[in-house]
Amino acid sequence: MPIFLDKNSKVIVQGITGREGLFHTGRMLAYGTNIVGGVTPGKGGTRIESGQPVFNTVKDAVDGTGATHSIIFVPPFAGSDALYEAYDAGIQLAVCITEGIPVHEMLKVVATTKGMRIIGPNCPGVISPGKSLVGIMPGGVFKEGNVGMISRSGTLTYEIVDGLTRAGFGQSTCVGIGGDTIIGTSFVDCLREFANDPETHAVVVAGEIGGAAEEAAAAFVGEHMPNKPVVAFIGGRSAPKGARLGHAGAIISGNTGTPESKVRAFQNIGAPVADRPSDIPKLLGQLLQTARA
Amino acid sequence: MKLIEYQGKDLFRRVGIPTPKGVFATTAADVKTFIETNPGSWVLKSQVMMGGRGKAGGIKFADDAAQGETLAKELIGKHLVSIQNPEGETVKSLLVEEKVNIESEAYVSIAIDRDERKPVFIVSAKGGMDVEEVAEHDPDAIVKYWVDPAIGFSPFMARQLAFAAKLPAGYLKAFPKICAGLYDLFMDYGANLLEINPLVLTKDGQVIASDSKVDLDDNALWKHPDVQAWNKATPTDEDQEAALAIGLGMFNYKKFPDEPGEPSKRVGTIANGAGLGMGTMDAVKNAGGAASNFLDIGGGAQADLVKKSYNLVTSDPRVKAMFINIFGGITRGDQVAMGIVDALKGDDVRKVPLVIRLTGTNAEEGRKILADAGFFPVETMDEGAAKAVALTKGAN
Repeated sequence: MPIFLDKNSKVIVQGITGREGLFHTGRMLAYGTNIVGGVTPGKGGTRIESGQPVFNTVKDAVDGTGATHSIIFVPPFAGSDALYEAYDAGIQLAVCITEGIPVHEMLKVVATTKGMRIIGPNCPGVISPGKSLVGIMPGGVFKEGNVGMISRSGTLTYEIVDGLTRAGFGQSTCVGIGGDTIIGTSFVDCLREFANDPETHAVVVAGEIGGAAEEAAAAFVGEHMPNKPVVAFIGGRSAPKGARLGHAGAIISGNTGTPESKVRAFQNIGAPVADRPSDIPKLLGQLLQTARA
Repeated sequence: MKLIEYQGKDLFRRVGIPTPKGVFATTAADVKTFIETNPGSWVLKSQVMMGGRGKAGGIKFADDAAQGETLAKELIGKHLVSIQNPEGETVKSLLVEEKVNIESEAYVSIAIDRDERKPVFIVSAKGGMDVEEVAEHDPDAIVKYWVDPAIGFSPFMARQLAFAAKLPAGYLKAFPKICAGLYDLFMDYGANLLEINPLVLTKDGQVIASDSKVDLDDNALWKHPDVQAWNKATPTDEDQEAALAIGLGMFNYKKFPDEPGEPSKRVGTIANGAGLGMGTMDAVKNAGGAASNFLDIGGGAQADLVKKSYNLVTSDPRVKAMFINIFGGITRGDQVAMGIVDALKGDDVRKVPLVIRLTGTNAEEGRKILADAGFFPVETMDEGAAKAVALTKGAN
């Protein structure tokens, strides 16, 4: 049983008839995701070419399909509204792909939508390889297996997963938690799920400079995951101080968020930190071998 | 988007936070006219972004119109340099403000705590100094309150802060209103940081924001078009301007300064995705070189954007080789390759050795297309970084 979603999870797409929404709906369907419909205000009652019904509101879509999961492709100004609408309609897990939602709107969203899991915003989504893809990840890179993966970035995740797959390590679930300052689901939230998931035998945590989420992740692993090997990677280790690199969250200021602090946090609990993504499979292999012995 | 003092104070007044009486001036004549019609003692404050403005000689006192004019002439056009900002900044405008009689100086700010996912108020009775220094030497002098956004601001929070920080009694009546104003501004305008340092208690019992530091979330600027327009008059980061000019997000390009001990011949980097961009510059360092920059061209790899990005990165003379790192994912490798070859074949680009890492569907065909065009295609990121660093060593 992977975390967050499996083959039967019923998924709707908010913004299903938009360019991005429609394109990725096609890709997710091709991957095998159980997409049961979508929402575009004013287009209720129609269907997209592959047959899924379009509703005017998320509430109509949930009532009409029994959906529990939603993926959001709306412009930034409509992002927080889309999350509130999903919450109001009883959605359990919402993946928000939208980039550029104001931080203050997300502060209010995370404080008021307790009970709904939000992945993102500004993230590539979630994939349980071989079962379901709720996101924009290239499915072909992933392979079913027993390694959990959590990352703050998109393409770097694909880079790491590609290496894992080539080395024979399939994945149970991969979560791209997003690069924004305020996000719905943290490394620790994902680790808590992976810790309790019998099908996840090891976890890769791909962090980056900025914030203290990696330090918190290391503390959680040290305390709660004695028997599940974890390999970490920290992106942006060669960045100059104060530089904001693409992700809103990736800024080093003062003594917080430095790569040294993050690397040390994992090393202190005995989790290896890979110097380069290509070192991850080897480190993982060593840990799994030791765990089995 | 960071605001200059007079802009920040404009926002403060919108939410009822008192600021000293004053006028914004761009010429010495304006200063003279203002003091002539408003006789008295005035402070001339240079309107710059940099810290340490006072020590750099950017603040002067005038007792009459003639002195005001002379000092304004001296300040406008002057290049200020401080410890915090060794590169310095040229003064383009002044804020002429009444001299306030200071009884006491406090500090108050509100910022985002990303790990708590809440706005946090920071208050200290030690105003007028660098708050980071206070935090280091006298941590007990700083108190914090995390506001639950589901509740919002309520005056008791300000009272709790004021008593805990031991603000002088004269602050107590005005302080909740000032904190309420800051919270409204913070949420409505989407601020990363609002800071009043010092928050002055005057001898006649008024509480006034004597300075302002405001940093707004760029993603929320569209909500206040009038404030968004200020940005054009404000000195912005060169890298951000360059990124916006070629259609990238403002934080998608960063040129790195020279660091002692690092190779002077640099590898220019382009990647699709922020995380991969960081990974790419790290890979260059791991291969014994140094990246000249960070550049994220976004999810796909459109040929036109690759060309503009290539031209931006190679405009840095330190760049002796380029490393473009594209993780294919959804896009087809051969299409990406053809796009790159087409975009970079002309004479309007600076020719440096170009290493391209290409993966994904049809990547092998893609690499053949690139090799035929005289580029250096590679399969992995490490291989590409090593190749690019090796190529810089042979260059002039």
